[in-house]
Amino acid sequence: MRVKVDQPKCVASGQCVLAAPAVFDQDDDGIVQVLVDRPEAVHHEDVRESVAVCPAAAIWLEEE
Amino acid sequence: MTETETETVTTATTPTPHAEYPMARATGCPFDPPPALREQRDGGPISRVRLWDGSAPWLITRHDQVRALLGDPRISADPSRPGYPHRDAGAKARAGTRQTFITMDDPGHARLRRMVTAPFAIKKVEAMRPAIQRIVDDLLDTMLAAPGPVDLVEAFALPLPSLVICELLGVPYEKHDFFQKHTKVLVRRNGDPQEVIAASEALIDYLEDLLTDKLAEPGDDILSDLATKRVATGELTAREAAEMGSLLLAAGHETTANMIALGTVALLQHPDQLALLRDGDDPKEIAAAVEELLRYLTIVHFGRLRVAVEDIEIGGVTLRAGDGVICAADIANRDPELFPDPDRLDLTRDARRHIAFGFGVHQCLGQPLARVELQVVYSTLYRRIPTLALATGVDQLRFKHDGVIYGVYELPVTW
Ligand code: SF4
Repeated sequence: MRVKVDQPKCVASGQCVLAAPAVFDQDDDGIVQVLVDRPEAVHHEDVRESVAVCPAAAIWLEEE
Repeated sequence: MTETETETVTTATTPTPHAEYPMARATGCPFDPPPALREQRDGGPISRVRLWDGSAPWLITRHDQVRALLGDPRISADPSRPGYPHRDAGAKARAGTRQTFITMDDPGHARLRRMVTAPFAIKKVEAMRPAIQRIVDDLLDTMLAAPGPVDLVEAFALPLPSLVICELLGVPYEKHDFFQKHTKVLVRRNGDPQEVIAASEALIDYLEDLLTDKLAEPGDDILSDLATKRVATGELTAREAAEMGSLLLAAGHETTANMIALGTVALLQHPDQLALLRDGDDPKEIAAAVEELLRYLTIVHFGRLRVAVEDIEIGGVTLRAGDGVICAADIANRDPELFPDPDRLDLTRDARRHIAFGFGVHQCLGQPLARVELQVVYSTLYRRIPTLALATGVDQLRFKHDGVIYGVYELPVTW
């Protein structure tokens, strides 16, 4: 699994950080940052939840 | 109940096949969305409803469709566009007089919203948790020292978010009578348009003066930030910055306060669920309980209002450019496709996909703060006052059927 984000789309809702804190963080303005773009399997479910709850469609996955 | 009268809009001169919106809740059940709204959802494809002014926007009730539309760039949140479904005459009169990011589309929306996102990042809000806990404890100390019954709204539910948002914005809390009075006018439906505009202007004038003071003597708060980084550089006028401040001030007050009070009513009606909050201390479980209360109550109960700017195919119909759209998050959050047995308040369910904060680029900016406030409140209030009880019957409570945000006007409690 590979995590992709589109920062210009992010509205800083913080939903991704709540769902997958091991994978996402926010910069000083609250904009999404990816901590690990190839998360370990234990985090996959959380990442999928982040994608589902992101209101701005700013996160997506590339399965590999 | 007298509330149902305000729900009914007279359309005697315009006979119509469309259901009228908003619909009345069932008498006796203060928490469930109106039965007619459910019928609309279960009755087949997307259909139109009739508003107070005779216009007939589309009503979207399914969770997946509400999400799809609120996240669609072909939908506009700008109330000055023709076809936008105004909730009442006051809102219509105000449309276009005051543009904040909440009523703008991208890219203008994104530019303005980003100016105020920083303080609402998860880590910043988490850092406020001890301060929020202190405010909660202090308010409860004072409340418990008073002889009951006490109005929980006035003693606790409103002062908490008010103190927090004032601190963040840099607004003196001593002025709370002034701005609470005006915010109340803004969230009531069917108010006198002149009065609505006057209240809005009074708030903005006040904040504009405050911003000017902050320019000379900045502090560590949002208004100072806007003054020194945006107004001083010419990026925003003082008026625009004041409009943003008034949006945050109003939003910070009415939403969390109503969640606290209405949530307490709901929990007192579901003692088994209240016991989970009272006896549990796992932060994860408390966080999950807050999500479920947000879903179950969905206090923004008028629906999110939009207008299509292009033709959009959805659910077997074509919304035409210029058609009004009402995305009813309250009934969407009771969608059995996503939340089994949706009318049950179940604090142990996974409710994270609720859309009580909206969806799309306009999703609530203050949600991380609201979450922390509610987590602290719900995990403290019933533990500190295990004998908390209504001082009146539920049927005696005045519910905000006529509001944009649902809740109770007063909540007399004893312990
Ligand atoms: S959930 Fe989406 S919009 Fe919210 S902070 Fe994360 S990436 Fe940004």
